Amino acid sequence: MTAAAAPPRAALRERRRRTRRRNLRRHWQLYVLLVLPVAYFVVFHYIPMANNVIAFKDYNVVQGIWGSPWAGFDHFERFFANPVAWDLIRNTLMLSLYGFLAGFPVPIILALALNEVRARFFKRTVQMVTYAPHFISTVIVVSMLILIFSPRIGFMADVLGFFGMNANLLADPDAFRSVYVWSDVWQTAGYSAIIYMAALAGIDPSLYEAARLDGASRLRKIWHVDLPGIAPTVVVVMVLSVGNIMAVGFEKAFLLQNPLNLSTSEIIATYTYKIGLLNADFSLATAVGLFNSVINLILLLVVNQVAKRVTGNGLW
Amino acid sequence: MTLETATRPAPGAEPEPKARKPKRRSTTVQDTRVDRVFMAGVYVLLSTFLLIVLVPLVNIVASSFSSPAAVSGGRVFLWPVDFSLIGYEAVLTSDAILTGFGNSIFYAVVGTLVSLALTVMIAYPLSRAELVGRKVLIGGVLFTMLFSGGLIPTYMVVRALGLLDTRWAIILPAAIGAWQVLIAMTYFRTSIPGELYEAAQLDGASDLRYLWSVVLPLSKPLLAVIALMYGIGQWNSYFSALIYLRSEELYPLQLVLRNVLIVNNTGGTNLADQMAAEQLADLMKFSLIVVSTVPVLLVYPFVARHFTKGVMLGSVKG
Repeated sequence: MTAAAAPPRAALRERRRRTRRRNLRRHWQLYVLLVLPVAYFVVFHYIPMANNVIAFKDYNVVQGIWGSPWAGFDHFERFFANPVAWDLIRNTLMLSLYGFLAGFPVPIILALALNEVRARFFKRTVQMVTYAPHFISTVIVVSMLILIFSPRIGFMADVLGFFGMNANLLADPDAFRSVYVWSDVWQTAGYSAIIYMAALAGIDPSLYEAARLDGASRLRKIWHVDLPGIAPTVVVVMVLSVGNIMAVGFEKAFLLQNPLNLSTSEIIATYTYKIGLLNADFSLATAVGLFNSVINLILLLVVNQVAKRVTGNGLW
Repeated sequence: MTLETATRPAPGAEPEPKARKPKRRSTTVQDTRVDRVFMAGVYVLLSTFLLIVLVPLVNIVASSFSSPAAVSGGRVFLWPVDFSLIGYEAVLTSDAILTGFGNSIFYAVVGTLVSLALTVMIAYPLSRAELVGRKVLIGGVLFTMLFSGGLIPTYMVVRALGLLDTRWAIILPAAIGAWQVLIAMTYFRTSIPGELYEAAQLDGASDLRYLWSVVLPLSKPLLAVIALMYGIGQWNSYFSALIYLRSEELYPLQLVLRNVLIVNNTGGTNLADQMAAEQLADLMKFSLIVVSTVPVLLVYPFVARHFTKGVMLGSVKG
């Protein structure tokens, strides 16, 4: 049996090799096109991944990445022995969880509400205006926050003062997370709603007809038609954002930081920058960064798996 | 569409069957009172959101056109107080800001061209089913979305290549976005009819020729979307400049802005009248915000539609 089957299989393999070679010869231009981009990914993504090995070494410039002596898990132990470590992890997690809980539902509500509106002018205006902040840079958004909440200049300080709250919000460690998260919602909610609007536009109109014939109110129609219709999109967006829970951006936290709010605003990303580039402790910074990336990757895999189990939708 | 059923007047209503024009907005016809209350709620909600987004923006613009004293005194809300252009004068005569502006234009233009070329160069071959090793390569691109090398390891590569403190450090490390590759790949695969390829082959066109003369001309909406993504991303970023650049003459606008607006380093103003200088500095910040955001907001109305399309392109799972 196996003896009889062997020759054809070998022939098959041979033939496949030949078609593959012919394919290479005929489409060599495609492979030439790939050279530069592949080089880019290797140099700027995969070599850095390999460079993470210095997290397990005592890196010094003279001996280089591969020549430096091994240190095992010393740097990780050094990081966790520092009481600051747990503050950093807590700050990072709190910031992103808060951001997720506040930022995730708002675009959905916005899209559902916009979808009900029939007055075209009003709808277009809301869309145009609320997308706009997405295109403003982080530096500008943070500058706006600083100016608007400035007790001396800003109008928000007056508003807060009116409600008897601490007017100097940016110097208040307890307020840092709220400022960060809600300004993010301000900036991104309109734009994030687009994807849900697209999903809503794709719902089969006959479902609405049916709902109307059954005498469903608008609220019931949202509950029984709109929400199930956008559920797959919601799951994908949710997996993506939970998967990014440890990847709180450096950019905004760093800009919003000041000596007064440091106790809540110092997160893993900003800490890595400081010990790595300002104190030049490359190995420790890499260890901290690697810890962060690995946790993040695990989270993403777990969440995707759970989402697939529960809803049948996942990223892959 | 079954407009007939939708617009049929309720029993007991004035009967005028055929004369009545079919209404386009059929859904509003049978709104009950509960629905009307609900709709009022929807309008209130959306209007509130609109105001929350709009008020800070209007406040910034109004302040930028006010007098230094009015701004410093916190007297501006939604309309300029003591209209003046002093802030803009100060911004447009500052060397650091003008240099930054020029640099940012350079980074945005050159960066976008490089990124666009590289993205097409990888996305097109990956969209072709006969490419050997296609799955592995796609996996390799997508993995960079899940796991990044990290700050210091990437910094070490840039340093080893001798790119530190050069313009290339801004352009190269972020040249290709995995997301953009994914969008372009999906577009090439789903929006270019396969028959065109067969026709081109019969005419003896090579792969490159086909890409250049058939695929790219048909992909203008896609190219517009990813060019805008790269361009605006480059215009708005300050992070790579912060870590890779030392020389101030290379700084992009966003880094200059950060130094002026957030670190409060106005660059050694040597004015005798400290008070006036401080007031001017306050005003200048507002004008600076407007000036640096105008280029993005100028293209925005044209862009918004394309960006919406881009989000949808990306949402097609491939």
